[in-house]
Amino acid sequence: MTALTPAEQAAVILLCAAMTVLTRSLPFVVFGAGRPVPSYVRWLGRALPPAVFALLVVYCLRDVSFAAGARSAAELLGVAATAAIHLWKRNMMLSIAAGTACYMALARLLG
Amino acid sequence: MRFCLSPAARRAAGEAFLCTAPILAGFWFVGVSYGLYMHSMGFPFWYPPVMAAVIFGGSLEFIAVSMLASPFAPAATAAVALAVQARHLFYGLSMAERYRGMGWKLPFLVFWLCDETFALNYTARVPADTDRSWFYFFVSLFNYLYWVSGALLGGLAGAALSSLPLEGMSFVMTAMFVVIFLEQLLHERRPWTALIGIAAAAGCLRVFGAEDFMLPAMGLILAAVTLFRRPLERAAGGAS
Repeated sequence: MTALTPAEQAAVILLCAAMTVLTRSLPFVVFGAGRPVPSYVRWLGRALPPAVFALLVVYCLRDVSFAAGARSAAELLGVAATAAIHLWKRNMMLSIAAGTACYMALARLLG
Repeated sequence: MRFCLSPAARRAAGEAFLCTAPILAGFWFVGVSYGLYMHSMGFPFWYPPVMAAVIFGGSLEFIAVSMLASPFAPAATAAVALAVQARHLFYGLSMAERYRGMGWKLPFLVFWLCDETFALNYTARVPADTDRSWFYFFVSLFNYLYWVSGALLGGLAGAALSSLPLEGMSFVMTAMFVVIFLEQLLHERRPWTALIGIAAAAGCLRVFGAEDFMLPAMGLILAAVTLFRRPLERAAGGAS
């Protein structure tokens, strides 16, 4: 669950919502009248997504360590299984479901 | 509601439903997983649909759960949210032309502009006899409803099946990001920026620790793609 107060929880959720609305509406406000888009902005649009999703994968695995033993091994094997299934079938739903099932099974077997 | 819509709007709603049907399957799958995940983290059933309705951004909603389970850090929350959602800037840039002259529908189209809605509305060839603005509106609305209802179903399923052994369900977030990341790698000819992302994240994790590495890692990524823009662009095959 959470150690945050209800007001802090609301703040987290509303901050996330506000940033989302900001990124969705800004282009319409700034470039709505057909003004040209600076090439640097275009470049960021192309370069950032793979880097950000790489960062998010690392964020999910931030607690992996050799000291944590079995749980970390299950996480790394789960990632490998997810990637392998995805490269094999290229079906997002299948990869997510099968990868998660692999992890849950491994965590019980090793843990 | 239905009977007060004009025939043109009803026709567009039908077309939009046919286009979004595959999204329904995907959103219910991820939405239900999200609901189960929040349940496994100890949240009541109404949290997932409320977060889905208010935030309406899948990746960020998953991250938000781990933020709710961590100490309160508003600056980091805002920065991470901005980084995760930054790609929407480019959806808006691409749709600005198409969404011109939408009148009262525009705020809804903008709020509902998620990845899948962008993909559909950007690529859709709207039939000549269908009203474009209603078509865009209903594609956006239906995707929103699919996502929120999926999260509600997942929350309810978690509460109803509380004896299910859901430990480890949190891995669904990891698996989702691994798959999205792989898809992006497979679409790039040279995965340099992905490697920059991994290197910056792993390096900052090592230096700053698991609680504080996100902000410096994002700064490093931004600095690296700015500094090495020329060679990276050349490697990726010129401007496009």
